[in-house]
Amino acid sequence: MPETFEPTIVAFFCNWCTYIAADLAGTSRTKYAPNTRVIRVMCSGRVDPQFVLGAFARGADGVLIGGCHPGDCHYQQGNYNALRRFELLRRMLRDMGIEEERVRLEWISAAEGHKVQAVCNEMTEQVRALGPLRLVTPPRVEADGDVGTPEPAAELAGRVTS
Amino acid sequence: MSSEILIDPITRLEGHGRIHIFVNDEGSVDHAYLQIPELRGFEKFAQGRRAEDMPQITSRICGVCPMAHHMAGTKTLDDLFHVDPPPAAKKVREMVYDAFMVEDHALHFFFLGGPDFVVGPTAPKAERNILGVIGKVGLEIGKEVIGVRKEIRDLMNDAAGKAIHPVFGLPGGVSQPISPELRDRFVAGAVHAVEFGKFALQIFRDVVLSNAEYVDLVTSEAYTHRTYYMGLVDQENRVNFYDGHLRVVDPDGKEFLTFEPRDYLEHVAEHVEPWSYIKFAYLKDVGWNGFNDGADSGVFAVAPLARLNASDGMSTPVAQEAYEEFFSTLGGRPVHHTLATHWARLVELVNAAERMGELAADPEITSSEVRTIPTATPTEGIGVVEAPRGTLIHHYQTDERGLITQANLIVATQNNAARIALSVDKAAKALVHGPEVNEGLLNEVEMAFRAYDPCFGCATHSLPGEMPLIVEIRGPQNELVREIRRD
Amino acid sequence: MTKPKVAFYWCASCGGCEEAVIDLAEVVLDVVEAVDIVFWPVALDFKISDVEALADGELAASFVNGAIRTSEQREMVELLRRKSGAVVAFGACAWLGGIPGLANLSSRESILDYVYHEVPSMQDGNGVRPQEETDVPEGRLRLPHFDEDVRTLDQVIDVDYYLPGCPPPPSLIAQAVTALVEGKLPEKGSVLAPDVALCAECPRAGTKPEDLKVERFHRPYEIVADPETCLLAQGLVCLGPATRSGCDAVCIAANMPCTGCMGPTSRVLDHGAKALSAIASLMQTQEQEEIAALAEQLVDPVGTFYRYSLPASLLHRHVAPDGARAEVEADGATPVGASTRGGGGS
Repeated sequence: MPETFEPTIVAFFCNWCTYIAADLAGTSRTKYAPNTRVIRVMCSGRVDPQFVLGAFARGADGVLIGGCHPGDCHYQQGNYNALRRFELLRRMLRDMGIEEERVRLEWISAAEGHKVQAVCNEMTEQVRALGPLRLVTPPRVEADGDVGTPEPAAELAGRVTS
Repeated sequence: MSSEILIDPITRLEGHGRIHIFVNDEGSVDHAYLQIPELRGFEKFAQGRRAEDMPQITSRICGVCPMAHHMAGTKTLDDLFHVDPPPAAKKVREMVYDAFMVEDHALHFFFLGGPDFVVGPTAPKAERNILGVIGKVGLEIGKEVIGVRKEIRDLMNDAAGKAIHPVFGLPGGVSQPISPELRDRFVAGAVHAVEFGKFALQIFRDVVLSNAEYVDLVTSEAYTHRTYYMGLVDQENRVNFYDGHLRVVDPDGKEFLTFEPRDYLEHVAEHVEPWSYIKFAYLKDVGWNGFNDGADSGVFAVAPLARLNASDGMSTPVAQEAYEEFFSTLGGRPVHHTLATHWARLVELVNAAERMGELAADPEITSSEVRTIPTATPTEGIGVVEAPRGTLIHHYQTDERGLITQANLIVATQNNAARIALSVDKAAKALVHGPEVNEGLLNEVEMAFRAYDPCFGCATHSLPGEMPLIVEIRGPQNELVREIRRD
Repeated sequence: MTKPKVAFYWCASCGGCEEAVIDLAEVVLDVVEAVDIVFWPVALDFKISDVEALADGELAASFVNGAIRTSEQREMVELLRRKSGAVVAFGACAWLGGIPGLANLSSRESILDYVYHEVPSMQDGNGVRPQEETDVPEGRLRLPHFDEDVRTLDQVIDVDYYLPGCPPPPSLIAQAVTALVEGKLPEKGSVLAPDVALCAECPRAGTKPEDLKVERFHRPYEIVADPETCLLAQGLVCLGPATRSGCDAVCIAANMPCTGCMGPTSRVLDHGAKALSAIASLMQTQEQEEIAALAEQLVDPVGTFYRYSLPASLLHRHVAPDGARAEVEADGATPVGASTRGGGGS
């Protein structure tokens, strides 16, 4: 029997809204696909495009960003910045061959536990249908001259120059 | 016993290359192949780029002649966006372009190809460089060369943003006008450049033409090919580096073909060999008939020798005199001696310098009207200039947003590639005998390549002898930072 | 005392970095005083065999420019690494991949197809393509392998220092060589340029508003830029905020925006991502449709933000050129992120 592809979705949820909603889904015993690995950030505006790319480079098949609804941001403007970056980033990712369904931005308020469930389930299935991302990244030479294995974490550690 | 000689890498030129020589049992050369082992794929990764970025992207094809690509690309954008720059913008572009031609030609003669000629083709390795040239022709000239080149580089930096990878080209004009102060420096620079060009021609007469051995070398059959020649000319069939129509003459010097740049595909095509990454251009009207010269072969040449051969004269007086002297000395047009390219280059240097001066003196050169804003939807464009190394063609097609869908580039050296291959083979066959060859002889084989594809050379080896040298090192604001003396 | 020996070499390069050394003009003679250049194919007649004859570590430093695209380039830089005390990645291509790095948007096959078969001047072509081995009547000729992708120098060998720019400004080159000769180089891995963004040294910085917002992005040919005012404030996409300084802002002086050739500061992992973030943050509007419309005005995000740095980026290349997933590359690159493990894996 063929193994079903289980996508890895990395999710950046803002502390004040989406993360609480995810918590709520948990305490309500609202089940949703376990493929989502949640990382809590203080604001969706904290999500640097480098985080999204880094997630893909480390093996994510999809990246989800969750923030407060427009007008509700704890820091006033943060979610608008997230939106601006997201709109530009997904176009650039498309030009790099990463399908639009693999990167998603959702406004999820603290009370919307069911929305967390719906979005995570839907995204899991969409990415499952697309298949694994399978990036090719070259090995990077380590400081001692050894050519390291192409493990994403080791690679990224070596990338900060000075 | 048969053997193989590999010259790897070829040196004192821009780009990578190696020469593989097959020597047979009798000790003579069966064939010498010049292989270019590199490819980057500009024509492919141009796809999807904004058209207006192409002058800056394509300049990275060559950091020695980036201005040529930048200018060809900029002219292509005019065509692509169906926009006509204001007259002042065209003059600014041409003036800056002529400055670049002066600088690049000067660099080649003194730093790269010149040493072989001026110092001697089989001189010791350590002397085949600018310092050897200085030793032969004097210290004054060394300071002149460095000084004039720096002056012109600074003009290019200030007019175009950077001399290496300029930024000022836009469809419909240039990004900034020439200020009166900069114009004055161009005027002075042109005067220095014309004097310098005359000076260089005199050096050539004194050091090369008055030396019977060198003259024999230049006119020897080993370095001679009888091919077609192509170059841009103006309405009166005079050499023009910036604009005009293309003219081809046959091996007897008769006009064979003229065409507008936008019709280049009807007349120029590319041929591939499995043993080199370079593509060889040839004349479609004659056809590809192998690596041969003569009227039945589509092999042709571009660059200084070809441009002089394909024209009826130069557009400026001092250069015209030099043009006439060139042909009367070498037996009339066309001249087929490849090494005579070094002389033709100096004739062009003077022409570019004079033209630069004419444009700098034009009252319109400081006009602030240097932009026409395009309004039409971009479709397709073709732009041509004469790079120092030959005819350069850029061709872009875009979608309605101005993103490149297709790019085709016929880069100057490709137009010479087949003739270069012939030259290397012929020189090797004439010069190499037996499996043992000395280093100087192999350099003479390399010279067959070097005459065509000058790049920069530089005299950065340890100083060979006790040569008196006084150098002033100046900082960015021309302040004296240090003086070095070796005397 | 013998002078330290150095080598200059070029890989997938345009020669502009070599020209930048020449543009040191008289300063070059100062360099020649201090070092012995023993290998520099563009300028000197030494051959590969001369480098092979050196003892390991005999070179004080090798300055290598250009990105890595062929087997010959890989072999040469590995040779120079063995023979050198320090290796300096010289210029944008060696550090980040450079403009040739844009070839990572295509597959190797599609590049060869286009260049040798599909361009208009090949329409009547002979269908031949360069081969790694060709038998000619006289014997066998070889060409290097054209790799699947473009790599930075430090993706192939260990690199000690980086000199940014396309090309590096002569002042930075002079400083780097002086530091080498005087033994005053900073810690290994350093980029030899100021570690602040270009806005800090831009002559127009005074006209950049505190709260800079853009209502519309303009392409450079759409407007005549005011020569005194911040280009970003005029709606031109200038990468100054996300790009290292040290270049005297010469492009801005010519009234054209910065395109990012000096690479990122040390606090950035991925130059293109950071540049994208900086430009996106300038959008004036909060409305989703208007934001999307502004994003649409940036018609070539990869070419704009990753122009010099695609091979060094986190994704390294287009993930599926020509619709096919990239396979394992014979010379060592292997795929990562194959998520066929079950849910809850590492």
